[in-house]
Amino acid sequence: MPTVSVKRDLLFQALGRTYTDEEFDELCFEFGLELDEITSEKEIISKEQGNVKAAGASDVVLYKIDVPANRYDLLCLEGLVRGLQVFKERIKAPVYKRVMPDGKIQKLIITEETAKIRPFAVAAVLRNIKFTKDRYDSFIELQEKLHQNICRKRALVAIGTHDLDTLSGPFTYTAKRPSDIKFKPLNKTKEYTACELMNIYKTDNHLKHYLHIIENKPLYPVIYDSNGVVLSMPPIINGDHSRITVNTRNIFIECTGTDFTKAKIVLDIIVTMFSEYCENQFTVEAAEVVFPNGKSSTFPELAYRKEMVRADLINKKVGIRETPENLAKLLTRMYLKSEVIGDGNQIEIEIPPTRADIIHACDIVEDAAIAYGYNNIQMTLPKTYTIANQFPLNKLTELLRYDMAAAGFTEVLTFALCSQEDIADKLGLDISATKAVHISNPKTAEFQVARTTLLPGLLKTIAANRKMPLPLKLFEISDIVIKDSNTDVGAKNYRHLCAVYYNKNPGFEIIHGLLDRIMQLLDVPPGEDKGGYVIKASEGPAFFPGRCAEIFARGQSVGKLGVLHPDVITKFELTMPCSSLEINIGPFL
Amino acid sequence: MADGPVAELLLRRLEASDGGLDSAELAAELGMEHQAVVGAVKSLQALGEIIEAELRSTKRWELTAEGEEIAREGSHEARVFRSIPPEGLAQSELMRLPSGKVGFSKAMSNKWIRVDKSAADGPRVFRVVDSMEDEVQRRLQLVQGGQAEKLGEKERSELRKRKLLAEVGSWRDRPFKPYNFLAHGVLPDSGHLHPLLKVRSQFRQIFLEMGFTEMPTYNFIESSFWNFDALFQPQQHPARDQHDTFFLRDPAEALQLPMDYVQRVKRTHSQGGYGSQGYKYTWKLDEARKNLLRTHTTSASARALYRLAQKKPFTPVKYFSIDRVFRNETLDATHLAEFHQIEGVVADHGLTLGHLMGVLREFFTKLGITQLRFKPAYNPYTEPSMEVFSYHQGLKKWVEVGNSGVFRPEMLLPMGLPENVSVIAWGLSLERPTMIKYGINNIRDLVGHKVNLQMVYDSPLCRLDAEPRPPPTQEAA
Repeated sequence: MPTVSVKRDLLFQALGRTYTDEEFDELCFEFGLELDEITSEKEIISKEQGNVKAAGASDVVLYKIDVPANRYDLLCLEGLVRGLQVFKERIKAPVYKRVMPDGKIQKLIITEETAKIRPFAVAAVLRNIKFTKDRYDSFIELQEKLHQNICRKRALVAIGTHDLDTLSGPFTYTAKRPSDIKFKPLNKTKEYTACELMNIYKTDNHLKHYLHIIENKPLYPVIYDSNGVVLSMPPIINGDHSRITVNTRNIFIECTGTDFTKAKIVLDIIVTMFSEYCENQFTVEAAEVVFPNGKSSTFPELAYRKEMVRADLINKKVGIRETPENLAKLLTRMYLKSEVIGDGNQIEIEIPPTRADIIHACDIVEDAAIAYGYNNIQMTLPKTYTIANQFPLNKLTELLRYDMAAAGFTEVLTFALCSQEDIADKLGLDISATKAVHISNPKTAEFQVARTTLLPGLLKTIAANRKMPLPLKLFEISDIVIKDSNTDVGAKNYRHLCAVYYNKNPGFEIIHGLLDRIMQLLDVPPGEDKGGYVIKASEGPAFFPGRCAEIFARGQSVGKLGVLHPDVITKFELTMPCSSLEINIGPFL
Repeated sequence: MADGPVAELLLRRLEASDGGLDSAELAAELGMEHQAVVGAVKSLQALGEIIEAELRSTKRWELTAEGEEIAREGSHEARVFRSIPPEGLAQSELMRLPSGKVGFSKAMSNKWIRVDKSAADGPRVFRVVDSMEDEVQRRLQLVQGGQAEKLGEKERSELRKRKLLAEVGSWRDRPFKPYNFLAHGVLPDSGHLHPLLKVRSQFRQIFLEMGFTEMPTYNFIESSFWNFDALFQPQQHPARDQHDTFFLRDPAEALQLPMDYVQRVKRTHSQGGYGSQGYKYTWKLDEARKNLLRTHTTSASARALYRLAQKKPFTPVKYFSIDRVFRNETLDATHLAEFHQIEGVVADHGLTLGHLMGVLREFFTKLGITQLRFKPAYNPYTEPSMEVFSYHQGLKKWVEVGNSGVFRPEMLLPMGLPENVSVIAWGLSLERPTMIKYGINNIRDLVGHKVNLQMVYDSPLCRLDAEPRPPPTQEAA
């Protein structure tokens, strides 16, 4: 969930009233936000870097507010205030307008070279905007929030904002060889080629995360003005020439990306949020984008869509009984201007360009429920009549767990993910022999594979508990995973029961006795006959020679028991002998 | 500590003696309680290898009242023998004698007497031998004379069986050192269940009590399709990022997907349908095929609902599951790469948000949580969505205890579920309520191989609706 940081006093000023922290927390809760933290710049720096560094920092109170991940319209102070004011019926939702310029329309021409790397671009102009330091900071911060969220860290969309008065259109969005791109980037004093920049930014804590998006591509995306000035090299960096400042009056905004829908949403959000500060409030100047095929469109779309939802559907889905008029009023409070039309049961809802999250009637139903107040909804029990069943394997597991404890063994709970070493090297096996599934992106060795046996987890538990009195008698009943091309995903779980006995003596007879007890519990008699169980001398790299047996039950091999090999004991950092038993309980269902 | 004077005396006597001392004799000699000497022995033993002591027990025997009588007058069988004159005695008359019944059978088995059943006036008893030795009387007289040790174990036990001899049971009247009732008892050797899994059992129980059927969750490996696409989670969603999800290198891709259904899912994502605008992006089959470690058990719920949708006509269901899920997250005190997810699902005609809240209220009441409130939230696959908060008395604030919602039509309709069927669902982690309940701050103290087994040994029964133990008072930092 994105967190938006706003200055409390600025927020209250914009809301036209003050709140206590508790009152504001309550308001957030009701609206689906969360007042996550009350802090200040000073407090943040002091927490992260110590009191000394924080000395000169501002102690203006900051509210950190968690915003639902699909509400891009609430990612800045301007949007939060607008949303809350409409919710509290203090203002009417503004209507956003796209206008044609008095003079020539700004043009962004896309060349076909972009097709392979970053094919989409949209643009718009904010005219006669009036920034203050706070507004400017918010404008920059909103771009950052959008980049981190809907833009998927600039991979899907990247935003560039420019001082239009320093540029001259039409603009060209093209792609060039990195060595052919040369410009002075933001916050640098001289020109670099794109190749040089990519190198420089490898050590830049902020920008290094975006380099991979274009790094290995033969051509890099770049936007020029008609004089060959570089506006930006998306999604990495803007040019210094067209940088915006607090004093910038006219802003050219371009969004490039690999997802056209999202690029349009991002542009809509930026212009709807900040057109508030334009001379003609909530009015945005259109820009024309010319596609490689010669066709062109104007942006921002700022589309208003109408949806029709029946009042009784909303009532039925929420479990309330409100009149259509009241429902329309509730929805209007959620920034969805609504009115009752037709037969008096039909509600027409206008979805503004800020609410790209509304894609289905169920989204409208939710907003009606939020405005009604979740906690005002009458709780009722559904009349759904059903008979409960346990999943047979889990039922057997539960029964066995209790009787394993009754047999004096203690249950442990170990991880399903582990290192290759745990399931292979340490048990004297080659990893290829384990048929383990492998994880492609583990952050550490602990998450390389899914376990193919429960034994390593039990042995690691003993290693962490060497100070406990002996003997240690442990068990676990849980799943392991084996590759299996007969399943839809190519892997399959097996429910295993594993037990270990760790003491000054190997205690094979103890583990063997436990097997006998388990078989007694499972009603499997001793003996070779089909229904019975028997153990037969066997061998395995994890076991001491001559001290390993394979367990056959109901006509199939179900596992092994034996005294562990000293190498295994040592590799798991243990010092005493240990015997173990591991069976698949699936065949006993 | 050795209690000074007696222990010292004991050591001096031991030094002087050859071959040890008898504590009872020593006590008698010193004119003190035997218990005091024993006490001194025990204290000295506790100090280590200072003295050697061995426990000797002596048993004393005494005659029962019947035994006394026999020692005086002879055994019942002897008395029977003696009462038979040379011409014999009618058996009926013999039986009337005080020792008749017992004495007759014993004398018969000793072959001292015989019965003539053909006698004219009924069975008649005759002597077989002229004389006999009354062994029983002799043995009892030995015991009486303080020479019980002259009898063998077998002979003694025979007399005991006949209730003629008894061990001197004098401890009934002896004084004993008082017990220290403040001391702890000796814990029984036992096995133990893991605390988190005890909580799991209780959650299963609650669902079963509420009539919910357990879903199979027997597959840690899942395709992106079932884990994300089927839930209408778009392919560019951040949860599908390498930073959040464990993807598989081998087997990297799912081998089979239900292609008809896949087509409907694809269309819903990329173009919309079923009343939805869709996400309007290029949906890729390759992305859906990518295998991963399931990030939630909702993937299992999706499979269960898909199976349900294939069964016509639709029947309402209540499902639950509790199993492991995996996240490639940054680990900290409350987050591990794997944890257990609890999920409840109800599918029926005309379910409302009020129904969801009603079911949640009943569910949480069974957990002992009665103060609930609901916050609007966003989940990719539920709409409306609500986070469940409960007031925590200890922390004095509202804490999130679960997440819930109504599954989106874009998820349900492509499966083939009827349009007027709603599916409400909620989920929570198993670890979080367990940590809150038992006041555990670090998840590693609860799960995984590094837990302290003593914690497992000591953990109490899990009774979720019982008042929790007050949290331990904070120690000063």
